[in-house]
Amino acid sequence: MSAEAKKKPGLAIWLPLILFAGFFALVIWGLVRPADREVASAFIGKPLPAFDLPPASDDRPGLSTMVFKAGKPRLLNVFASWCVPCAVESPQLAFLASKGVEIDGVAIRDRKPDVARFLAQNGNPFARIGKDDLSQVQLAIGSSGVPETFVVDGKGVIRYQHIGDIRAEDVPMILRKLEEAGQ
Amino acid sequence: MIAELGLAVLWMAAALAVLQLVAGVLALRPEGRQLAGLVRPVAVVQGALVAVAFAALVSLFLTTDLSVKLVAENSHSMKPFIFKLAGTWGNHEGSMLLWVTIMGVAGGFVALIEKRLPENTLIATLAGQAFVSLGFYAFLLLSSNPFERLAEPAPEGAGLNPLLQDIGLAFHPPTLYVGYVGLSIAFSFAIGALVTRDVGPAFARAMRPWVLGAWIFLTLGITAGSYWAYYTLGWGGWWFWDPVENASLMPWLAATALLHSCSVLASRNALKAWTVMLGVIAFSMSMVGTFLVRSGILTSVHAFAVDPERGSFILALLAVYIGGALTLFGLRASTVTEGARFSFVSREAALVLNNVMLCGILGIVLIGTLYPLLTEAMGVKVSVGPPYFNPVSAVFAIPMMLVMGVGPLLRWRQDSLEGKGAARITLPVGICALLSAAVLLGVVLFAHHIKLLPALGLAVAAGLAPASFLPLRGRNLRRTPLPTWGMVIGHFGIAVALFGMASESAFSTEKLAAMRPGDVQQVGPWTVKLDGIGPVAGPNWTALEATVAAGYESAAPVMLHPQARTFSNPPGNRTESALKTRWNGQLYAVLGEEGDDGRWQMRFWWKPFVPMIWYGGALIALGGLLALLGRVAADIRRLVATDKIAYRRMKQGR
Repeated sequence: MSAEAKKKPGLAIWLPLILFAGFFALVIWGLVRPADREVASAFIGKPLPAFDLPPASDDRPGLSTMVFKAGKPRLLNVFASWCVPCAVESPQLAFLASKGVEIDGVAIRDRKPDVARFLAQNGNPFARIGKDDLSQVQLAIGSSGVPETFVVDGKGVIRYQHIGDIRAEDVPMILRKLEEAGQ
Repeated sequence: MIAELGLAVLWMAAALAVLQLVAGVLALRPEGRQLAGLVRPVAVVQGALVAVAFAALVSLFLTTDLSVKLVAENSHSMKPFIFKLAGTWGNHEGSMLLWVTIMGVAGGFVALIEKRLPENTLIATLAGQAFVSLGFYAFLLLSSNPFERLAEPAPEGAGLNPLLQDIGLAFHPPTLYVGYVGLSIAFSFAIGALVTRDVGPAFARAMRPWVLGAWIFLTLGITAGSYWAYYTLGWGGWWFWDPVENASLMPWLAATALLHSCSVLASRNALKAWTVMLGVIAFSMSMVGTFLVRSGILTSVHAFAVDPERGSFILALLAVYIGGALTLFGLRASTVTEGARFSFVSREAALVLNNVMLCGILGIVLIGTLYPLLTEAMGVKVSVGPPYFNPVSAVFAIPMMLVMGVGPLLRWRQDSLEGKGAARITLPVGICALLSAAVLLGVVLFAHHIKLLPALGLAVAAGLAPASFLPLRGRNLRRTPLPTWGMVIGHFGIAVALFGMASESAFSTEKLAAMRPGDVQQVGPWTVKLDGIGPVAGPNWTALEATVAAGYESAAPVMLHPQARTFSNPPGNRTESALKTRWNGQLYAVLGEEGDDGRWQMRFWWKPFVPMIWYGGALIALGGLLALLGRVAADIRRLVATDKIAYRRMKQGR
């Protein structure tokens, strides 16, 4: 078996080196690639699915897809009163709201009194809050947990998905994403 | 003082490595012949000096000298002795020093005792070894000095990551390291033989003990790592095809192939270029493994070891050594003379098949490990898991194990499976094959729920276990050489481990239940009752501990205590599963979270014969140890005999 292979060495002998060169090129690329290691959402670039949620809070209207087609980019924040990181990110949301960013909320598997308590404690940056008791909207936009924040452009297309709470250092990035979505 | 001594000695060792390389290269030319005598002693002294440097670091850690940066960052005066010791290599700088120490000491040892190889090949080998060491010396001395002092001694050390304060984990990395570095000796031998174009049985015999030794350590390291992941991660699995696990598996696969092709070259002077090639590949895989772990290029559970800059350094070394070696191979392999021929039915052919299949699995694992990176380069992010690795590697593993049952019975060069003499093989192998077929038939008839792969695994294991003992048939057991015993036990270990793996996936019972104290659940043959849940505290953690009474069939219940631990500094959670091992399997209990209604999430697995996986691994390593002892004993006997002859000649004035 091996005797036959050795009769015509030719290219076969260089094969390991060629494979190694390929490996080397690949990992060099892997080392210099941008540090973004997050799995990009499959929903980016897709329009929001149609939904119409009842209000989750007495002083804010519910949320429907129509709102997102008004021509201005908005944030869609998926949260819940029972979620601790959601409370942690509320100062960042409040700051964004103070900058004139319109934020709509979707409360996941929540009760009205709990939402009211949560908003009373942490402030209410939301223009509208929809109540999603079965996580239907949450799943339809590719969100797997709370909190998550989506940048949606003026035509209702998802432009960016932020998984986990918005930290203070994320705020400039979110503002940039909103600006990009507005262009 | 000790730190300065260590650093000085390390510099001297590095300087000697330069001398060893330069003198070795010059000595291979006619005009530099007189330098030939220098290489061996320099290699020995270099090994001794680097050992002194390592001893210096160990003593700094044992005395917790907090004026040394590395000690202050990684140790603590109140740590138990064993973790102070393990702290020496439980960090980047120390582990690199351990790496060069093993390389230097092993190189010195080769220089001291290796007398079989032609002198030129040995000199080329030692020069190659010095060349590889130099890269790591440069790494240590230029960018990660372990002996660096702090301007102000620290008041107290920072301690070691609590997840690493586990007795198994204290010894798991150095075990793998010894294996990785042992392969560097095989690599140097391969380079030496390529340089002098002197690839023959003497080369294979000189290299074999090193490959065997490295392979034993790799086997133990992988087995221990697998058990650690099994009991500590709380997922009930024992192998996750994680990039870092793969990084330790790939050198093992290459070393296994090398081990077998070495024995062909040593006995039959065949497979010359192939053996050299495997020598290069085995060490490449060690370095690729180290690179993958350290660079963080792939996402993995071992993320605590990551540092991209160090990754780049290792990658540069990888390019120089492996790229260089493969270029040398390309230039020289065609001039390495053709080996002895053999027929299709012969032990060589079986071993070639074994090699091809092992390399096939190696390729599968390498591709699977790098695939996420490859597709990402093309713009898609994916992850690759067991659905790819298990069936695709089985395509290679199952034919390999079938041949494993027959191969050791075949004669070298040429054999026949027909005619009169063939009954010595076909009859016992036929019986083993019938056993396999019976198991497979039994599964098909009586246990439909078992999937294809575990069913095949059970069947192959049933045939392979008796078949692995066939080479002992008709032999005087007391006169059977140790390496033969080693092979038999190693192959039997494969069958045992395979049985454990197949049984785990075929017969495991899982039970997920929300339980209140007092609730009872049935898990396979076990009846488990949650007695209660209470808090417990450890040195640097607090935990909720469940008390579970588990009774096997009608036997009296035993108490299990699974915990959910919360570490304070650095903060983190870890589940501590509780295991109950019986001869026929293991009960595995995990405490989950408390639900809204006051019930607790409990997970139980009954895994019949799962410990066989690790018993099998231990048997494989034991087989390697026996083979190594046999080879080394034979070498010592031969050395003593040649010395005696030389002494007599000297006395007789000849």
